[in-house]
Amino acid sequence: FYLTPPQVNSILKANEYSFKVPEFDGKNVSSVLGFDSNQLPANAPIEDRRSAATCLQTRGMLLGVFDGHAGCACAQAVSERLFYYIAVSLLPHETLLEIENAVESGRALLPILQWHKHPNDYFSKEASKLYFNSLRTYWQELIDLNSGETTDVKEALINAFKRLDNDISLEAQVGDPNSFLNYLVLRVAFSGATACVAHVDGVDLHVANTGDSRAMLGVQEEDGSWSAVSLSYDHNAQNEREVERVKTEHPKSEEKSLVKQDRLLGLLMPFRAFGDVKFKWSIELQKRVVESGPDQLNENEYTKFIPPNYHTPPYLTAEPEVIHHRLRPQDKFLVLATDGLWETMHRQDVVRIVGEYLTGVHHQQPIAVGGYKVTLGQMHGLLTERRARISSVFEDQNAATHLIRHAVGNNEFGAVDHERLSKMLSLPEELARMYRDDITIIVVQFNSHVISAY
Amino acid sequence: AAGMFLRLLADVRWRAADPRWRSAARCHRSTSAAAEAHPVPLPAQAQVVICGGGIMGTSVAYHLSKLGWKDIVLLEQGRLAAGTTRFCAGIVSMARHTSLELKMADYSNKLYQQLEQETGIQTGYTKTGSISLAQTQDRLISLKRIASSLNVMGIPCEIITPKQVAQLHPLINIHDLVGAMYLPEDALVLSASVSLALATAASRNGVQIHERTSVSHISVQKGRVTAVETDRGQIKCQYFVNCAGQWAYELGHSGEEPVNIPLHACEHFYLLTHPLKEPLASNVPTVVDPDGRIYIRNWQGGILSGGFEKNPKPLFTEGRNQLEIHNLQEDWDHFEPLLSALLRRMPDVEALQIMQLVNCPESFTPDMRCIMGESPTVRGYFVLAGMNSAGISYGGGAGKYLAEWMVNGYPSENVWPLDLKRFGTLQSSRTFLRHRVMEVMPLMCDLKVPRWDFQTGRQLRTSPLYDRLDAQGARWMEKHGFERVKYFVPPGSDLLDLDQRKTFYKPDWFDIVGAEVKCCKEAVCVIDMSSFTKFEISSTGDQALESLQYLFSNDLDVPVGHVVHTGMLNEKGGYENDCSIARLSKRSFFMISPTDQQVHCWAWLKNRLPEDSNLVMEDVTWKYTALNLIGPRAVDVLSELSYAPMTPEHFPSLFCKEMSVGYANGIRVMSITHTGEPGFMLYIPIEYALHVYNEVMNMGQKYGIRNAGYYALRSLRIEKFFAFWGQDLDAFTTPMECGREFQVKLEKGMDFVGQEALLEQKQNGVYKRFTMFILEDHDTDMDLWPWWGEPIFRNGRYVGKTTSSAYSYTLERHVCLGFVHHFDEKTGEELVVTTDFINQGEYEIDIAGQRFQAKAKLYPFSSLFAQRRRKDEEELSGYQRE
Repeated sequence: FYLTPPQVNSILKANEYSFKVPEFDGKNVSSVLGFDSNQLPANAPIEDRRSAATCLQTRGMLLGVFDGHAGCACAQAVSERLFYYIAVSLLPHETLLEIENAVESGRALLPILQWHKHPNDYFSKEASKLYFNSLRTYWQELIDLNSGETTDVKEALINAFKRLDNDISLEAQVGDPNSFLNYLVLRVAFSGATACVAHVDGVDLHVANTGDSRAMLGVQEEDGSWSAVSLSYDHNAQNEREVERVKTEHPKSEEKSLVKQDRLLGLLMPFRAFGDVKFKWSIELQKRVVESGPDQLNENEYTKFIPPNYHTPPYLTAEPEVIHHRLRPQDKFLVLATDGLWETMHRQDVVRIVGEYLTGVHHQQPIAVGGYKVTLGQMHGLLTERRARISSVFEDQNAATHLIRHAVGNNEFGAVDHERLSKMLSLPEELARMYRDDITIIVVQFNSHVISAY
Repeated sequence: AAGMFLRLLADVRWRAADPRWRSAARCHRSTSAAAEAHPVPLPAQAQVVICGGGIMGTSVAYHLSKLGWKDIVLLEQGRLAAGTTRFCAGIVSMARHTSLELKMADYSNKLYQQLEQETGIQTGYTKTGSISLAQTQDRLISLKRIASSLNVMGIPCEIITPKQVAQLHPLINIHDLVGAMYLPEDALVLSASVSLALATAASRNGVQIHERTSVSHISVQKGRVTAVETDRGQIKCQYFVNCAGQWAYELGHSGEEPVNIPLHACEHFYLLTHPLKEPLASNVPTVVDPDGRIYIRNWQGGILSGGFEKNPKPLFTEGRNQLEIHNLQEDWDHFEPLLSALLRRMPDVEALQIMQLVNCPESFTPDMRCIMGESPTVRGYFVLAGMNSAGISYGGGAGKYLAEWMVNGYPSENVWPLDLKRFGTLQSSRTFLRHRVMEVMPLMCDLKVPRWDFQTGRQLRTSPLYDRLDAQGARWMEKHGFERVKYFVPPGSDLLDLDQRKTFYKPDWFDIVGAEVKCCKEAVCVIDMSSFTKFEISSTGDQALESLQYLFSNDLDVPVGHVVHTGMLNEKGGYENDCSIARLSKRSFFMISPTDQQVHCWAWLKNRLPEDSNLVMEDVTWKYTALNLIGPRAVDVLSELSYAPMTPEHFPSLFCKEMSVGYANGIRVMSITHTGEPGFMLYIPIEYALHVYNEVMNMGQKYGIRNAGYYALRSLRIEKFFAFWGQDLDAFTTPMECGREFQVKLEKGMDFVGQEALLEQKQNGVYKRFTMFILEDHDTDMDLWPWWGEPIFRNGRYVGKTTSSAYSYTLERHVCLGFVHHFDEKTGEELVVTTDFINQGEYEIDIAGQRFQAKAKLYPFSSLFAQRRRKDEEELSGYQRE
């Protein structure tokens, strides 16, 4: 049983989305040309989320991928809320006042974000009031704290991440009289999510990362070849600095139990994450909240389970590491993707495949016979193989889809093998997660003309 | 890459009898600095300077010197035969679609065959024959049409079965073939050696050859070539011949007075292999597999195979680029589809070892035909280039024609299809050329079915009504860059299907055009004919009348307001142009000619009108939109719109009047339709075009008006036996030969061009006669349709070819127009064709090898039409009462 190529395409393209920055007078004045995004589920339902929005009250564009674990609730909440927290953190004092006054007097709010969403990317209506109130509290505090200084993007990003995680934690502790909402905020808090968010404003690119998703810059060298530049650090056991950080935050006695089998407390892969209050709250708080919580929570073995060697919480933080990069004309695109992509493909291959896709040129070394003895038959075989490699480029209208096709379908030669692709995509739900993880990708394309004019 | 070609060139004996050339050649090959320092100086002047030492330049030099011109200098920027000529595949094939190209190839073949004997230079001439394969029935039809043409010319040619193909060639896979065409006379040559042999012979005849001499530009004074400027100094000359191949375009544009030579280079690849274990015999036929887009020939016991891919790579669009020339590289990925086709055709060559993939640029032209002739703007500036990859096949014949042209004033054949003047400035944009040649190169192998149109370089010249007509379902074709309507697709028809079907049989638009024709016959139709070339010639005194009386054969001294159909003849009485001239006033004339006459007619008149500032000729083509109102009710529409009586009593046939139509004033209305049907041509200043069109359509509604296109027009004019210039008439056809004596006034009181020739014909009779044929046993639905170029047989003997054909919806038969000759049965000598000769024969028309009985007529069926119309009118009025 195989899927036909059209069936494969319909699976691959089900979640693809593209956004092109609109032009004014035939000119795109933004440093971003647009982006392609897509996701391929392995979990059912998928636990990855993605977001993209343009800031309307400040300049810049926000793009992020979120990898959820222990359910998708936290990733969903972060994907809905984080950009508002970032946008608010970036707003000047006057704008915050204006917004607050509008809310106060029941006037229409200034729109803060323009979302670029795939129809499958939903927002939970039920929680919007709750989320709004938390956000309002945040900006009210910002108004009170008015330092008079202009907002630093790096600081804004860090504040927003920390504040949102804090709000998630608080909302779960306080609970909600509405039982549905009460259960929701608890699920959000007890599940977790990593986040990798890019903020692009002119030539200033900031990447804030919490967890093990990655941001990779595609750089085109003078000779036309592609190289990858990492704009994030993985927060996991492979990152020695991160292991070191965790160790310094806890007493020496816990050194051995902190990281086991490359996992935090032997349980969690990412070393930083939103939610996951089981790694943040004290044992007493956890017990109190679970016991007073609804039955579904109380009966859940996972939530009741306290991590072993749990002595000095919190063990986990949502604080991101922020990297600033000043865009150059040779920086052609940025790939944001969850670990589902990075564990199947090397970053260099990712950048090459996207680069070749976007430039439409397949940089294969031209073949020259030279002095070698080659028969027509051998040459024909070689050319057919090269042709197959190129033809996969033309099936996709979306760079993210193209990457997923390679990530799932690549054979040992780095060419998309339809048979393999078909097998991987027709795995039964319960098996899929064993062969691959959820994959979420955003490919942001930069406008070299605008960038070189800075 | 160089290695192989050095070997190839080493076969050539560089020994010329003429010391001038030898010294020039030797000094370039010598490494001695002393020799290099003293090349033979250029002459200060010459009669002819030829630029380009490839097959074209050397062939022109060879033929000019044969015709007795001796004062000739040939300049080559590098070495002789070093460009495309050296790299090309060396196939001489007569499998050509038009008889002119066929004749050129036939002549070339015969010339090359005896060249070795003539010059003592080995040309590698080998008669291998060629096999053109057909994978589909349509392809086989196309080959059969060529075979019909070849057979009547006496060139051996056979349609063979796949089994016979296998017998002729040991390696061919025949499983997917339906048939093939075998030409035993086709040959292979070493193209560079042929070129060198021609150069040697020319040199012996006195032609000076200078290598390593670049032409920078041409000096022009008073519209004539005066000198050629080179990197080694100036040569004064009367004639310049641009044979610069792919650089011809640029060279044409290098002077102050640009000469537009529309051609563009594309990369062209072919493969060379090491010999087979059992090397191929030297006489194994060349294989052409057009459906696979490839050709395969023997090459030193191995094979040489190239082709014309679907996605060509044009190059040098931005002009000459030395860096690029040296970097033309093998592109295997690009060659892959052709390699696949080769291995499918000859699976056994899989084990052959590759020697090289050669990248050899070829130049292509906008209409797939080569370019020759004199520049319309610079006299004495001749061109021969743009061979569309058939340079070797055409080289001999093309060189001969151009030499004849220069020496005698015109070649021995009608070469209008190749004439540089068929193009104008509008085909010389680099973007246009780049786009068009990308379409032309794949067409080399595509099936050529009747009435195909180019898809690129379109919508360049359009009528102001273009959008209106397009919205009403117009389907377009292009002539001289101008979009013209073929027919209108009624709403609801499957449009895609109509455009994409290619067939040699009854086309899908049959009923659509039938309806348009019916409407022309019974009610009224509008055809936008704005593409026609329109000149105004006026003077302060009688100069205009006097000049035109001399240049045109009919009497133009008619009352003001009359329209005269007349030929613009050459000295031999042949049609250089066929036009309608309206006398607007005593001193001004309005001249309407076919669309593609814009450049040729202008140059012809410019060169012959006296230089007189009081005599003004203006090209007003762009100023007027032309609407043709055809049909019995055109009278009613027009009289209602103008409040003027338009009946024949008030507005007789061949009459022209400026009048108002709707709100618009100054519309030139002429009572002609170019079809023999009643109606009017409206020449409308362009700003009124939309208004007049809308008025006509609104008013015409109650008379059943509809839009029509050129296909309907074509059917109408052919069934009325109307000859069109460019299709039926050419420079070798006189009015006497096409029954148009009435358009010649031999006694108009003054001499005119061609008068003597016509007088002689009037006395002695004509040697060919334009005749109308009605196909008798032809099944419109089932049989192949005639197109043009089909052989005509009289009593079983070949007498001529058709020039155009159409289905007559009135006669419900196919009508072919063509020329009948009278060849003496024994000697083949041409005899006078009499009316009796025409009338007393049994005729057959050969369509792709199948003969159909035809009835010959010298006059149209006017009575038949009259009867029919009366009957139809009754039907129509009955319909309207409903």
